[in-house]
Parts: sequence; C-alpha cells; structure tokens
Amino acid sequence: MPGVDGFMYPNEVELQWSVLIVLYPFITGLVAGAFILASLERVFNVPAVKPTYRLALLTALAFLLVAPLPLQMHLGHPERSFEMMFTPHTTSAMAMFGFVYLWYLMVVLVVEIWLEYRRELVLAARASAGLKRLFYRAITLGSDNISPASLRIDDQVGRIVTIIGIPSAFLLHGYVGFIFGSIKANPWWSTPMMPIVFLFSAIVSGIALVLLLYVATSRIRRAPVDMPCVDTIATYLFYAFMVDFALEMIDLIHRIYEADESFRALDFMVKTRLFTSQIVLQIGLGTLVPIALLGLTQLLRLRDRTRVRIYVTAGVLTLVGILAMRWNVVIGGQLFSKSFLGYTTYKMGFATREGLLPAVLVLLLPLGILAALVKLLPPWTSADAAHS
Amino acid sequence: MDTTRRDFLMVGTKLLVMTAATASALEHVLAGAPEAAAAGPYSTAEHWWAMLIDVEKCIGGGHCVRACKTENNVVDEPMYFRTWVERYHINMSDPDHPIVDSPDGGINGFTEKYADGDGKTFFVPKMCNHCADSPCTQVCPVGATFRTNDGVVLVDKDYCVGCRYCVQACPYGCRYLDPRTHTADKCTLCYHRLTKGLVPACVEICPTGARQIADLKNPNDPAHEYLRTHKIQVLKPQMATGAKVYYNGLDGAVR
Amino acid sequence: MNRSFKDFEHLIRLAALFGAGVLFFTVVRAEFVPKDFGKYGHYRPGAIADVAARPLTYAGRARCTECHQDTVDETAPAKHKVISCETCHGPLLKHADDPEVAPPKADGQTLCLRCHAANTGKPSHQPTVVAKDHSDEDTCTACHKPHNPRMDQE
Repeated sequence: MPGVDGFMYPNEVELQWSVLIVLYPFITGLVAGAFILASLERVFNVPAVKPTYRLALLTALAFLLVAPLPLQMHLGHPERSFEMMFTPHTTSAMAMFGFVYLWYLMVVLVVEIWLEYRRELVLAARASAGLKRLFYRAITLGSDNISPASLRIDDQVGRIVTIIGIPSAFLLHGYVGFIFGSIKANPWWSTPMMPIVFLFSAIVSGIALVLLLYVATSRIRRAPVDMPCVDTIATYLFYAFMVDFALEMIDLIHRIYEADESFRALDFMVKTRLFTSQIVLQIGLGTLVPIALLGLTQLLRLRDRTRVRIYVTAGVLTLVGILAMRWNVVIGGQLFSKSFLGYTTYKMGFATREGLLPAVLVLLLPLGILAALVKLLPPWTSADAAHS
Repeated sequence: MDTTRRDFLMVGTKLLVMTAATASALEHVLAGAPEAAAAGPYSTAEHWWAMLIDVEKCIGGGHCVRACKTENNVVDEPMYFRTWVERYHINMSDPDHPIVDSPDGGINGFTEKYADGDGKTFFVPKMCNHCADSPCTQVCPVGATFRTNDGVVLVDKDYCVGCRYCVQACPYGCRYLDPRTHTADKCTLCYHRLTKGLVPACVEICPTGARQIADLKNPNDPAHEYLRTHKIQVLKPQMATGAKVYYNGLDGAVR
Repeated sequence: MNRSFKDFEHLIRLAALFGAGVLFFTVVRAEFVPKDFGKYGHYRPGAIADVAARPLTYAGRARCTECHQDTVDETAPAKHKVISCETCHGPLLKHADDPEVAPPKADGQTLCLRCHAANTGKPSHQPTVVAKDHSDEDTCTACHKPHNPRMDQE
C-alpha cells in the first residue's frame, strides 16, 4: 500500500484528524497563556506587566473566537454541532469541553473585558451619534453610570472574575489535554501527564505571543517599548519554560525507562517520521534554543536593544516549537499502527477543506480580529489610571 | 424610601415580562409526548449477542469480507472495512516480530507468499468486538454511538456529527468515517438481520463455520458449551473493553 | 439605598442578559432534541429502528430449501453440505422473493480455488491442491460436481 510501511489495520491507513485539529489546541493554548499573563497584573499584583494587561485580554478574546472554527471545518456535519450543547454526553471530554469553552468565553473573558472597558464605552456612547451611539449603547447594555462608586464595584467584581478565571483557564486547556490523554487505545496520547504538559506549553506559548504582539504593536505605534515590562514577561516565560521542559522530559524519560510494548514502535516513529518536527523543531529550535537565549538575558547584562531582539527571536521560536508540539501529538499519534507493526503517512492537501491553506488562514484570522478589537477597544488610552 | 412610582413600574414590568417569558418557555419545553417505541416480536431484553471465531478453522477465503460489503453496502473507495482478515506469518527464529498482511482486507483471499515449513502462518478474521465497556461509546460527544440493551454497538447516522473521536478511541481499528454520509461507520453485527431471526452475513457465508453468532441469553445456544470446552481469548484483554468476540486458537502474536 | 443600587444596576442588566440567554437556549433545545432522547441510554431510541430497517441482501440458507429440496438432498452426503448456498451463488434474496429473478451465475473456478488452492496459511485439515500439479489447471468442474465434489460419488 502506498505510504504504508509494515502493517496497519486497514481502517487506520488514512489519518482521521488533520492539521486543523493541530491548530485547535494551539489556539486554545494561546488563549490560556495570554489570560494567565493578564492575571499576573490583576491578581498577583505584578505592576510591571500592566502595559500588556488589556492587550493580553483582547488577544485572548480574538483567539478564543476563532478556536471553534477549525473544529467546525473538520466535522462531517458541522450543522449538527449544536447537538454537543443540547445532548452532551457527560462521559465525553469533547462534549464537556463545549461547556468549559462557553463558560470561559462568556463568564470570564467577555465579562472581564466588559468591566475593564465599561467606562470608555459609556464615554464613547455619550460622545457619538446615530448608529455608532446605538452600538455603544447596546454594548453598555443601556447603562450610563460611571460614577466612582460604580467603577469601584467594577474593579472589585473584575478582580473576582479574574480569580475565577485562572482556574478556568487551567481547565480550558487542561481539558484539551485530557481529550487526548484519556484515550487508552493510543499509547502516544494516553498519559496522565497530558493535560499538565498541554497546560504548561500553553502558558509558554501565550506569554510568548503577548510579548511578540506588544513589541510589534509598539513598533507600529512608534511608541517606546517598556523595558521593565518586557523584562518581566521574559522572566516569566523563562520560568514557565523550565517547568514545561521538565515535564516533557519526565514523560520522555519515563517512556524510555519503562519501555512497554508500544515503546519500540513509538521510538522508531520519532526517529524517522517525526524527526524534523519533534527533535529539530520542538525540542531543538523550539525549546532548547529559546531557553538558552532567555537564560543569556538572565545571566548577562545586555543592552536594551539586544535584549528586545533576543526576546523576539525566542518568542518566535517558542511559538514554532509549541505548534510543532501540537503537530507531534495529533499527527504523530496517528502515524503508527495500533498493532505496533507499521506506519502510515499524512497526506496534507493544500486548497482542500482540511488542507494547508485553510490552516494558514485560520491562524491569521485572529490577528485580523485583534486588529479590529484594538481599534474598537484601544488598549493604550488612559487605561493605566483605571486601576489603583 | 426614595422609590418613585416610575421606578416601581419599571422594575415591576420587567419582572412581569421575564416571569411570563419563563413560564411560557417552560410550558413549551415540558409539553410534547415522546415518540411511540416501535413494537414488534423482537425484544432487546431477551438477547445478549456475541461472536465466536475459530482461528483454527479460518482458511483466509475472504468470503466474509465480501459478504459484509455486499450486505451492508460498505464503501469501496477508499477501501474501508467493517470486517477484514489478517494473515500472520511468524518466523520461529524471530517470534516477536510477526509479519502481517491484509491485501484489500483479504476480500480476494491471499496469494501464497511463504514456503512450506518456513515458520507458521495462519489467518485471523477481525471485526468490531461490540464491547460491553466500549471505549468508543464513552467518547462520543453527542450520543450518536451507543450500545443497545442486547449488546450491539450501533451508530446513529442521523445524529453523528463526524468528529471521529470514536475512531480514535477504538483500540481495534474497526471504525472509519463513511465518506458518503460523513458519519462514523462500523460493523453492526448485521443488526437488521439479527432482529429478523437471521444470522449476520459473514456468519451465513463463511464456508468453514469459523464464524458463529452467539446469543448468550439463550440457554440453549451451543456457544455456552463451546466457551466452556475451548481455550478462549479476546483481543487486547489488557484494555478491559469487555470485548464480546471470543477467539478460539488465538496465537499470542496476534495484535 | 437607591444610590448604591444604581451603582451596580449595570451588573443586574448583565445578569438579566445571561438569564435571557439561558432561557433562549432551553427553548431552542426543546425544539431540536427528540422528546424520547435518553430513554434507553444516551441516544435517540429511533436509531435502533433505523438500523433494524436496513435492507437485506442475503436470504439465508433456510429460504433456499423452500424450493430447492432436491439440491439440499444432493449435498446431504457431501462435505460441502455445511456451506451456505449463497457462499457460492451470491446474494439470493431477490431471487427468493421473486423466483422469476434469475440468480447470478457462480464463478466456479475462482470460488473453488479460493478455498482449495494450497496455501501455507490454511489449516492442515483443509483439503488443498496445487492446481497446476493437480489438474494441469483444467477447470475444477470438469471432474468435480460442486454440490457433491467427491470423485467416487458419480
């Protein structure tokens, strides 16, 4: 059979989950990571990262709105997808995830952003006319009250929402890990480490994304980059990376040491079909190099410009590495036979429904949405004065 | 109290409207009679279906594969199977690495590839195991695949969203996505035949009787005696799926 | 009292919006989900009837004896008696329901060899031949009658 080495069960030869399913944990991971960075300022009182607070929230929103898109494009019957909300099978991680997603989107993210921006939205409603005024009135739910007392209440409630939001963000992406980790049929996926590894790689990718977006938007606005801010973000990225790397190494070492029945088949797969994406991209360029670069900035006293360049390089490599990690999990998990006797090949189309082109577009769409959100809800007005 | 009449009317009206809306919505939700269950002579409570496969009788003819495709209109392109036959060849000098093949699922039989006296070679039919603790039904997000009260795992073609989570969760590789309906598909144990007192197509057609259907709730079913007098195995017992396809003569090398 | 209510009144509006959303969800759900969903388990009970209603293609051995008792008697002493008629003659339901419909012709040659061509995978109790050596690849039916293939049972 073309593309098959050894023996695969006949129904296994074609991969069922495509690159779109790779994107989905990548995107939700960015959301969770961006939110956790935002919560650093709000809940853990790290004032240095305040300049990125609103940007991180908007980033999380833009990506979370796009997250269901690759799933819908993948479903055989997307028009029936509402069934997951109407008759969710409570034993299915995928079904319960629909509610975790909805909870997170509506109760955490939208409410937090609403409370954060309410004052400016009411002011905008007062200052505009016609259709624009109607729009702002609708978004503020018709309320016109921005008295200091109401804003104080907003701040308190917002703080509570963020506190609830942190475990919710953990749940959001931990659940995605559980969707894979709970499948006993697949030894590449089945491990209790999966939700935790997914979560920490999500945190790493989200922090890297906000860092990159902050530097990029500063450049576009010709505004100076707040060095204490990016230095703090980079430090957190470094620490998160250490944990993430340690977790992935534990998984790897454990597999090698126990060497159960699946080990030889998986080991062979990593050394051949997954060599570039796992060894070179995920571990090498995507983890070890960024850790080394960030470590350099921690150990040496470098000029501001150099540090920013290193942060940007590390950030880009991090995103590539985490995307590669999702690829290795999703695609890698389907390249070997459950008989442990063979391997198949993933044939990714280009302009097909689940091909490379739609995948690239899905990845770019959140940036477009973010650009619109940034215009509608500017993160750079007198926001710094809003919190005490 | 500074409450004006206007305030009272505003709040009062809003409360009234919401209560009315809630009440009518609830009424709408609670109304409606459930669809009448189809009545007939077949009662799911009287049966518990299983399959017996005797590896020592299988001659690798592939008749079962062909019969299943014909009876159930299984898709030909790409070639997916509800049941298929695998050939195992084990070199006695390297018993941990069996050589397995299944050309077109065995639908046209197997051409000779090995010489006499060169290790051992045998055929193993595979199919959905209709697990009692099925991992595939566990992961279905909408309730489109399920195990009936008589032990058959089925797919609801009109409800399946085509997410393929069940395909990933099956340890035996017996599921696939039907490219014509974009829904999950797999062996139904010819449920449409069982409910009419007939045997599955693969059982009907197998020339050597290697495949036998068993109704374990029937005290007179010869399966009980067979299970008692033979050394029986299921595939991947460590997965604890409650698989109900019982193999006789299954070699340890079979995956 | 009034002033402090005004200060969190916008939160009440938000809560009301969420409440309306939940209500809307409940109503729409009632429209779409079949009323008896979940009766036997987490699935639509109608699905069982849907699967059971699929069309048959094979008639099953018992149907053949309705008209072809003579052939059944012919195979009675033979090793082939355990084989279902449709194994060789293909799906016969259409023919059984309406005998005017001609049954498909059985391709003897391919069928015989599929079971009886020598193959190391076949169990030893299965009678097999190497066609070339056995009959110089002459047709099997030249000497063997499929319903009773033993040579001395002319």
